[in-house]
Parts: sequence; structure tokens; C-alpha cells
Amino acid sequence: MTDNLTHLQRLEAESIHIIREAVAEAERPVMLYSIGKDSSALLHLAQKAFYPAKPPFPLLHVDTTWKFKEMYTFRDAIPEKTGMELRVHRNQYCIDNNINPFDHGSAMHTDLWKTEGLKQALQIGKFDLAFGGARRDEEKSRAKERIFSVRSTAQRWDPKAQRPELWKLYNGKLAPGQSLRVFPLSNWTELDVWQYIKLEGIEIVPLYLAAPRPVVNRDGVLIMVDDDRFPLEPGEVPEMLSVRFRTLGCYPLTGAVQSEAMSIDEIVEELLSASTSERQGRVIDHDSSGSMERKRQDGYF
Amino acid sequence: MDESTLAYRRNRETGTNDHSDKDLLRFITCGSVDDGKSTLIGRLLYETQLVYEDTLEQLEADSKRFGTQGDSIDFALLVDGLSAEREQGITIDVAYRYFSTKRRMFIVADTPGHEQYTRNMVTGASTADLALILLDATKGVLTQTRRHSYIVRLLGIKRVVLVVNKFDLTDYSEEVFESIKDSYQTFAEEIGLEEVHYIPVSALLGENLVQRSERTPWYGGPSLLEYLETVEVTNESADLPFRMPVQWVNRSSSDFRGFSGSIVAGRVRPGDRVSVQPSGRGATVKRIVTADGDLPEGVSGQAVTLTFDEELDVSRGDVLAAESEPLLVTDRIQAQLVWMSENEMLPGRPYLMKLGSKTVTISFEPPRYVTNINTLEHLAARTLTLNSIGVCHIAVESPIAFDPYSVCRDTGGFIVIDRLTFETVAAGMIEFGLRRADNIHWQQFEVSNASRSQLMGHGSGVVWMTGLSGAGKSTIANLLERKLYSQGVHTYILDGDNVRHGLNKDLGFTDADRVENIRRVAEVARLMSDAGLVVVVSFISPFQAERNMARSLLPEGKFVEVYVDVPLEVAESRDPKGLYRKARAGQLPHFTGIDSRYEVPENPEVRLDTTKMDPAAAVEQLAEALASLGII
Repeated sequence: MTDNLTHLQRLEAESIHIIREAVAEAERPVMLYSIGKDSSALLHLAQKAFYPAKPPFPLLHVDTTWKFKEMYTFRDAIPEKTGMELRVHRNQYCIDNNINPFDHGSAMHTDLWKTEGLKQALQIGKFDLAFGGARRDEEKSRAKERIFSVRSTAQRWDPKAQRPELWKLYNGKLAPGQSLRVFPLSNWTELDVWQYIKLEGIEIVPLYLAAPRPVVNRDGVLIMVDDDRFPLEPGEVPEMLSVRFRTLGCYPLTGAVQSEAMSIDEIVEELLSASTSERQGRVIDHDSSGSMERKRQDGYF
Repeated sequence: MDESTLAYRRNRETGTNDHSDKDLLRFITCGSVDDGKSTLIGRLLYETQLVYEDTLEQLEADSKRFGTQGDSIDFALLVDGLSAEREQGITIDVAYRYFSTKRRMFIVADTPGHEQYTRNMVTGASTADLALILLDATKGVLTQTRRHSYIVRLLGIKRVVLVVNKFDLTDYSEEVFESIKDSYQTFAEEIGLEEVHYIPVSALLGENLVQRSERTPWYGGPSLLEYLETVEVTNESADLPFRMPVQWVNRSSSDFRGFSGSIVAGRVRPGDRVSVQPSGRGATVKRIVTADGDLPEGVSGQAVTLTFDEELDVSRGDVLAAESEPLLVTDRIQAQLVWMSENEMLPGRPYLMKLGSKTVTISFEPPRYVTNINTLEHLAARTLTLNSIGVCHIAVESPIAFDPYSVCRDTGGFIVIDRLTFETVAAGMIEFGLRRADNIHWQQFEVSNASRSQLMGHGSGVVWMTGLSGAGKSTIANLLERKLYSQGVHTYILDGDNVRHGLNKDLGFTDADRVENIRRVAEVARLMSDAGLVVVVSFISPFQAERNMARSLLPEGKFVEVYVDVPLEVAESRDPKGLYRKARAGQLPHFTGIDSRYEVPENPEVRLDTTKMDPAAAVEQLAEALASLGII
């Protein structure tokens, strides 16, 4: 056995260290579970961190009712597969007012269902620490995010109030009203996550792999028509194309890429020659430059 | 995109698709805004990664809006993140970047070079294997170059690359390069940097960055990226004695009890003898459990769970160590500290220290010296302020197990946490343990506090009255003492004003002096209480941490915190000594309630609301409380 660990072994060990440290310091931890590939990797790491015991916290899905059908199928199988509790929260205000991306726009839809919904869910569960699957390479403003990120009472992120993080030492102490978001995948890149998924045989939602799916073209973005809530133009018929998704979210807000990649190997291959970043498929990012930073200050992940 | 970049990418694309067996190099970049650091990192990212089309479009748009390179792409914008700082044109925090080549994955900690951001550089350096120190070839070795180098040395980074940037502006002159190299080498040896590599580059034009430049034929060394890809990174900590701080006790079932943590040094095998520190009990390792199956050997860098042959009392915060080479154990240490908070260090006040997985209460002695990081001179100081670096003695509440930082980062590096705000206020590196606490033995005498109380005919303790100036502390203290005296109780009053005329007349009113003021009074009160007296302390004592410190000096039940509660407006309207008027006029700085805060007691034994009762009634309530506590 060689003493030098590979970069994936080092990333895995670091994430396990972070997860154990966070759980040891928190009173009521929870893991945000978004059904995506990063969540799958994070959940896998949490299981490894506490093996042979189960992770000592529940999973939380902040639902918008607008996810892909296949995501819900995948999510609903998780409690049985892992033996962990899965809580699902939907913002009642959004249900009552039928908030949706078509009538209210992507920004308001995301703000009310996800940002507000997350705040509600954390408050209801009285969680003082929430794990998230965000990575620093996802977006420029995330490059400075801490691994242990302190939130104020209003769940807001204040770039100036963040604590310096040295060595392997994380400060998990909280003043009254404060809570923590912890990001064990901070140092992973998109490629690392895929290689890890392949190496460890982690299950992912099949939407990440190419298959013929019904799509329409909206302003150059391919949107999958996943159910009959999608307002088609008069006479419009969705086209069957071989597509896959690089990120998963609400189906009307998630752009598909045309692809023949039907295995994880092929995804990695595609990724190495890709010419656009994974966030391009997210309709929400294109509002304006610096938009992620503002959303994060408001409490979005 | 130029030819060399294309060639580089082609090379990369034909390379193996399986990147899962690469290794990892973490490095820090230090340099000022003007050294072209962001340009250098931006260019490294651009040339090694496939910078995506949408990112590139954004970059072109941003270059026109914010860029400093006219119509050309401003690579610095690839790395400048937050919009606030983008508009200011400077980087204000530590940012982490990721790129990889066929051989290696790189994590870059990008830190700014301003003096006021020492803490960011220290943070970035704490996890780095290697440091890139940038300087401007036209300016040579500057004060800030020395500063960055000193911090790199302080944090124990062994490999340093001096990147002589903007080399195009010196016409690629060998003489300039040699002269910079000579002057830096002298300095590096002076501060103890052993391994320095020198590379002339132009980040702006990409010379010697990815490909070796044709403009510097005399140089003959690798390009920066070649160097980073090939510099040897061995797992040096694997050769140290075994160390694993316990993070978590894993009880998955009644018959499984394992101890989870990250191995930070050395290696461990089933059958090895380990010692649980600081207690020093020994045990034999049975299994090294992971989700991928039991390991025949665990090595530094791995996160594992150990089980033992026998039942063992181990908890979070303990360190498992090679029995033949245990850690040092002490309750007093000397450490280098980097202060990272706007609030200065208060010697004597309790803070928390997190070392490995253990969090303990500590207090600082005034610094032995601080280091001027521009001149490296040692200067006298009474405290540490934001971004200052100094050496302190630290008293630890209970013994800790440690290695000197120079031996092992993860068992010798710690953070300091404020007990009220919980902000991380400092980073520390242990130099050595002090044995003084071991040498002053506590003399045991036969006459005890209990026997003295028997003679006195009553119990003893400290009645600590805290509250704003003008709350009525002195009035109540006076009445209380008269009442106790008439009952035959032996008493003494320690009054804030009176003590300042004698014992504490050398102290002023800064936060640091106030803490020392309280510490001395608390010590005197402890001695008097031990002698058998009921001591009444009448002190504004505005900070909870100091009141807690006073409490910690006394046995359980002997400290009675009395909050003399009054709203600021009422105290100010009473103003018996005319002090509020002076403070409002700006003649009394740091006056509690006006421009210095008063922290309301969290859990006082007694709260006296002086707006609802007169002093006599307050004394009655207080006397009842003392009786029920068994003090009188």
C-alpha cells in the first residue's frame, strides 16, 4: 500500500472528517437532500462516515412540486435503501397560491418555493446545522464560501461575518439565533463528483443519462415536457430527442443537453470535451451578473 | 488562443480519461494587487482547464465593463469573485480555485496581499503544501515580499516558489533575475526557508507559465506549471508517530464500540499498542474499520474507525497515539498567535481553544512580544490586535496533549474562540509546553476553610454585586454589611472605587485593564472567603466572561452573583457622582452604559430590581438568599 493517497481518497477523507466534526458539534443536524448527483455523493459520504452505524440525522427535501417525475420516484425509494428518515417540506403559501414558474417567473418561483421553503423547514425542525451539497467550483461567488458557514437568525449569509477556517479545525459554536450550513463537498469539482460516483457505484437519477425524451425549445434552451402542466403553444408538439441533464431542478427551469452518453464513463468523456459549464442549464442564473451572490445573501443555497 | 495552449489542450485531451488516480497539490499564492496575481491564476485556469464558452462569454462582457486590459481579455476577472470587491478592484478574502492536469489536481488558496489581511493569508497557508510568492520584477524584493515569506515560514510551509512576474518589462534580463534571486536568497536563509525555487514569468503574456519561454534561454528550468506538476509531494506526516484525535464514538449496536477520527500522523495496524491521551491509558488495536472493509493498515490522511481488544473509556477530544511515542501533556504552553478579530486580546479573560477535536477553556498572559512582520523585530506589547503576530504563554484549564506545531500541524495548531460571540479570534501554533505549573506545588495545610467556618460560627463566600454605575450597589452593600455585622457575621467589602486607590491604582479603563482589575479583585475575594469571611464585592463588572472567571475561582455554592438591576435612564437620572454627565460630555471615555457595553448577567443567583424596592427591602431579599445558600 502506498502512503500517497489519490486526490479522490483525500477528498473523501476530508469530507468524512467534516461530516463527523459537524455532527459532533451540532445539537440538531439535518442533511438537505435535493435528489441530484451531489446529494447522492453527499449521502454516500455520510453513510461511510458513520459506518457501521446509520448517519445520526434525518434527510430533508425542500420540494417545489415541480421536480421531474423520475426524481420523485428516486427520492421515495431513499428511506428504504438507507434506513434514514426523509422529511419533505412544501411551502404552504405556494400550494395555496399555486406558485409556478410559468405564471410567476423563475425568480419568484425559486424564491418562494426554495428559499422561503428552506427557511420554514429549518425553523419547523429546529435544526441548528444543515448539510448542503454545494461546491466552490460551481460559481465564482462560491469560491470564498466557508465549509462551516454561519447564518444569522434570518438565515442570511454575511460575507464579512464568516469565520476563518484553518487546518482541519472548524468552529461549530453558535450564538443564540445563529445556525450553520456545512458544505462537505466544498473542495470537489464536477468531474470529481462524477468520477467518485463511478468509482463507488453510487446510484443516480436516470435523467443524468441520455435517453429519448419529449422536449421543446424555449429561447434556445431545451425543456423537457414532463407532465401536462407544461403550457404548449397552440399546435406545438414536443420533439423526441436523445437528451440528458447535467443538473436537476424544477423541470420547467432545467435545460437538457443533446447527448448520447448512456453510461457514467461516457458522461465523464463528454465532460472533458464540454464547452459549457453545468450551470448553463439553469435558467435562474442568467438574470444578471452577480445574481448567485445576492440569492445566497438571502438564504438560498 | 495561441498555438502552445492548443497543443497543451490536445495533449490533455488525448491523455487518459481515468483521472481517479491523480494526486493532489494544495498551494497558496501570495502577492499584492499590483503583482499580477489574479492575472497569473486566471491564466493558469484558462490554459489548463477547458474554460467553458459561457464562462468565456461572461468574461468578455466583464472585461469590457470592469477590465483593466482595454479590449483584451482580463484574466484577473476569472478569479475575482464577489461583486463588491470586483467594483473596488481588489480581492478581500481567501478564495479557493480548482484545476487539474493529467498528473495532478490542484487546489489554490488565493489570498490578498494587503497588510490588514494577514489573517487571510494565514488561513490560506494553513492547508497549503507549497507557496507561490509573487513579486514584480521591476520592483524587486519589497517589504510585502518579506511579510509574505515570513507568514509562509511561520505556518511551516516547506516548499516555496518565488515567481518573478512582469518579466517582459525588464526585457527578460538575466541580470535582473540573478540580482532578485541573490537578495531573496539571503533573506530566505535568514528566516529559515530552506527550499526556494525561482522562476521568471510574464503572467500577462504567458511566458514560462505553461510552456518554457524562448525569451529566457539562460533560465533553463521548468515552466511554472511543469514545476507544479512535478514537484514531489510525499505524505511526510506518514513517517511521524501515530496520532488520531477522536471525533466521534461510534456505537452502532450493543456489541460495537469504535472510535472515529482522521489519522493526522503516522500509521496504525491491528495489534499496535496505542495510548489514550491525555489520560495515558494503553490499549491494543483490534480492527481498523471503514465502509470499504477492514484495513490491514491505516495511514496519515485517512478517516477511519478503530476498535480495541478491551473496554476503554475514550471520548471525543482524546488523542490516540503510538504508545512508545506519546504526545506531550501540560496545562501551560507557549505559542505563536495570529490575532484575527477586531476585538483585541484581553489577557486574563477566559477564551476557548480548539485543538484537534478538543475544546478547552484557556487564558492568555500578556504577550511576551509581538513581531513586526515588516522588519521582523520583536516589540513589547500588552495585547494583540487584529493581524498582529506574537508569542504568548497560555494557561489551559485542564491538561492537553499536543505536539509542537513544527513537528505536526494537526496536533500543534489551534484556533481561539470568543466565549460570548463564538467568533474565531485567533490562530495559534504551539511552540512548547511550560513546566512551571508543575513546579509550583499547591501547599496543603491542615486548617481548612471548613474548620475556619466552624470557629467563625458561619459559612463564607463571595457576594458579587454587579450593575451599572448609580444602580445602588454601594448603598446596598453598606446596608447588608451593617445587617450582617449586627448578626455577628464576619464581613468585608471590596469596593470598586476604593480598590482602585490602592491595589489597582496602576490600572486604567481600557478593556484589558478592566479584565485585570476584576481578576485581582476576584483573587483577593477568593483568599478572604477561604479565610472564612463573607466578602461583599461591589463592582460594575460589565462582562459576563469576567464574572464567570471570578465564579470559576471559588468552590461550588460560594459565589453569589447579584444583579442590581436598573434601567440606564434611571441610573443616569440618579447620577450620584456626576459621572454620566461627564461621560455624555465626552470627558470619560469607556464609561459603562454610554460607550462601553454592560452585559446583563445570564443566570444570577439574585436579581434586585431597584426600581421596585427600596434598599432596605433589597437587603432583606439578599439576606434570605444568603441564608438559603448556607452562607450565613
